[in-house]
Parts: sequence; structure tokens; C-alpha cells
Amino acid sequence: MNGALWQIFKRDFAMLMPGGRRGGSLLPLLFFLAVAMLFPFAVGPEPALLAKTGGGVAWIAALLAALLPLDRLVAPDLECGVLDQFALRGISDEASMASRLIAHWLGFGPPLVLAVFPAAALLGLDGSTLHFLLLGLLAGTPGLAAIGLMIAALTASFRSGTALAGLMLVPLAVPILVFGAGSIPTGNYSGIALTAAISLALVAITPFAAGAAIRAAREG
Amino acid sequence: MQACTLTASNIACRRGDRLLFAGLSCDLSGGDALHLAGPNGVGKSSLIRIIAGLLRPFEGGVIRKGAIALLDDRPALDEYSTLGDALDFWANIDGGTADTGTFGLGELLDVPVRFLSTGQRKRAALARMAGQDAPIWLLDEPLNGLDKDAVAIAEQLVADHCKAGGIAIIASHQPFTQNGMQRLELPEFTP
Repeated sequence: MNGALWQIFKRDFAMLMPGGRRGGSLLPLLFFLAVAMLFPFAVGPEPALLAKTGGGVAWIAALLAALLPLDRLVAPDLECGVLDQFALRGISDEASMASRLIAHWLGFGPPLVLAVFPAAALLGLDGSTLHFLLLGLLAGTPGLAAIGLMIAALTASFRSGTALAGLMLVPLAVPILVFGAGSIPTGNYSGIALTAAISLALVAITPFAAGAAIRAAREG
Repeated sequence: MQACTLTASNIACRRGDRLLFAGLSCDLSGGDALHLAGPNGVGKSSLIRIIAGLLRPFEGGVIRKGAIALLDDRPALDEYSTLGDALDFWANIDGGTADTGTFGLGELLDVPVRFLSTGQRKRAALARMAGQDAPIWLLDEPLNGLDKDAVAIAEQLVADHCKAGGIAIIASHQPFTQNGMQRLELPEFTP
């Protein structure tokens, strides 16, 4: 069975990594950079203002970028029967969703963290802001990926699931945003630690919540 | 092939507010083939999903001994990968090799699944199911979209499977030629 799970993970990863088969995974990165580029045009190029607000803008851009891959996460596999075939082979929905969560984060978290460097240059962020932004995103992106997968599984059987998914993600992501972005102006590590704690809790419950959502979709 | 039995007792199925059928029982063992017959909407696909364990019956229960392979209108092959890669994915999970020769898929292996026709997809799904090496086969409208030659191949495949001691349940509104096949008229169980 471990062999089967490894095969599933390889497929998930090939599908969701940037430039992967299901495509479009570069979009969150480009979206993130586009926001960082547009923001100075909108609020003006004053370095003091940009340095003060840039960290928060980068966080909002990251959060909204997390919305983009949701429609490809679960719905296509539910529609084409792949998840049913897993269930018939005794591979639980929880296990396949855990594999997908890891693949989703790998395709979305690390590239976003790398994109922070050019974004920081565009926004003129100072060293300390960049430091806490990077740490915060490392701690927070697993939680964003987990919320995203949970919502993608919940809305997978709906016709207009994507629009609904966007609305559902925003309130759930508020705690991560509050503590992650909040650690930048205060400049201490407790906010990062709280972000990491929220992320861990979300990562822990997501395979079960997503698995239950898929079983419910099957009954529907 | 491992020994297999399938017992469904007093199954009832409800979809929404409608009771589709009730009081349905069947008992199959190795070598049996069963044709679920009935018009559209009578609950053939729901019964197949109940037997597969993907849908909870409203009443009754199913006891399965042996692994289940399911073929329905969704081929479960990745649209964006080539047919060869998509079949290899399942072959790797099932620990076998995909039999592409039987269904004339050899020259399609480099073609992405999204470019395949309905009949070609169905053939590919049959190849996927045959490669799974499960003793209980559930086929939901297996002949949809298949041409005459492919129908003969599919019927032969099921015949060989039953001869080897497997169970096959075929839900179809079309005739499915098979020696010694039992027939279950689903409309008889409509309340």
C-alpha cells in the first residue's frame, strides 16, 4: 500500500508543481509579483510609505494567490472518477488528500517564498521586514495550502465552486494573516510561532476534513 | 484468481425523495455473471455503486469477499497525460502491466487522453479494469460507444474472467451476450 501512496504522491506532484501537467501553477507566482509591482503605482513611490505597508501587501497578495489553484485541486479527479478508483483499491480518501496537501504546498509555498525576493525589491522592503515576511510565509503557507485543499474538497461537487471557494477561504485565512503580517511591524518571533501553530493545526485536520467532504460528495 | 463471493441482501436505494428500488437481494459466487437490466433511470448505476461500496444503501447491506474493479462512464484517466502514462499510473498502483494489445490501443499510447474518442476512452477504461486483476468486476454500461469488434472483445473478456472464477455484474440496457448469464430485471423491484 505504501507503494501505491508513493505513486499517488508522484502523480499529485507532477500535476501541481509549477509548469505541471494540470498547468497554471505559475499563475499564483505571477499574480503575487503583479500585485507587488502594481502597489507602488497605486499608492505612490514614497519609500517610507512603501516600507511601512509593503509587508502587509505582500501577505495579502500571498493569500489571494493561494486562491488561484483551488479549482484544479480536487474537482477534476472527483469528476473523472479517479477518487472512486482509489477508494475501491482500499486507499482511503484521507491518505490521498494528505498526499495532495503535501504536493499542493510544494507546488505553491516554496516558489512563493522565492518570489518574495523580487517582490521585496519592488516594494523597497528593508532587511528586518524581509526577514519576518520570509519566516512568516514559511510558517503560514502550509496553513494556506491546508485551508485551500479543505475548501477545494468541500466545493468540488458544486457547479460554481471556485467563486464560493474564494469567499470561504478569506475568513478562514484571517488568523494566519493577523499573526503572520502582525509580526512584521512588532518585529518579534511570537507572531511567527503563532502562525506556525495555526498552520500545524490546519495541516493536521485537513486530510480528515477533505476526506469526509469527498465521501459526502460521493453520496450526493 | 482469489476466491470471491458477493451477497447483497434486501437492498433499498433512495435518491432524494424517491425510492428507486427496494427488497433487492442477490447471491453470487465465483464464475457467475449477472445482467442488471432495466430502462434509464431505474437505478442500475446506483445499484452498481452500492455494490461497489461507494454509495450507502438506504436499507440492507452488501457482503463482499474479493477486490472490486469498477468500470463506469468515467474512465479515471488523466486528460492531460498520454494514454500510456495514464494506464501506467494504474498499472503501477495495481502492481501489474496494462494490457493494451487486446483492445487495439497500441498505437494510441502517445496520444493525450483528451484527444481520444468516446469508444477509445471506453476501450482504455476496459484495459485499465482488466489490468487490475480484481475478482469482482462491476461494469456500468460497458458497451456504450464501442463498435462491433470492440463489443465482441469486451464480451470475450468477461467470458474469460468468469471462466477463471471471477464474478461479473453488468448493468446495461443493451443486450450483453454471455453463456449462462443470470438476469435481474430491476423494474420488478420498483415500489
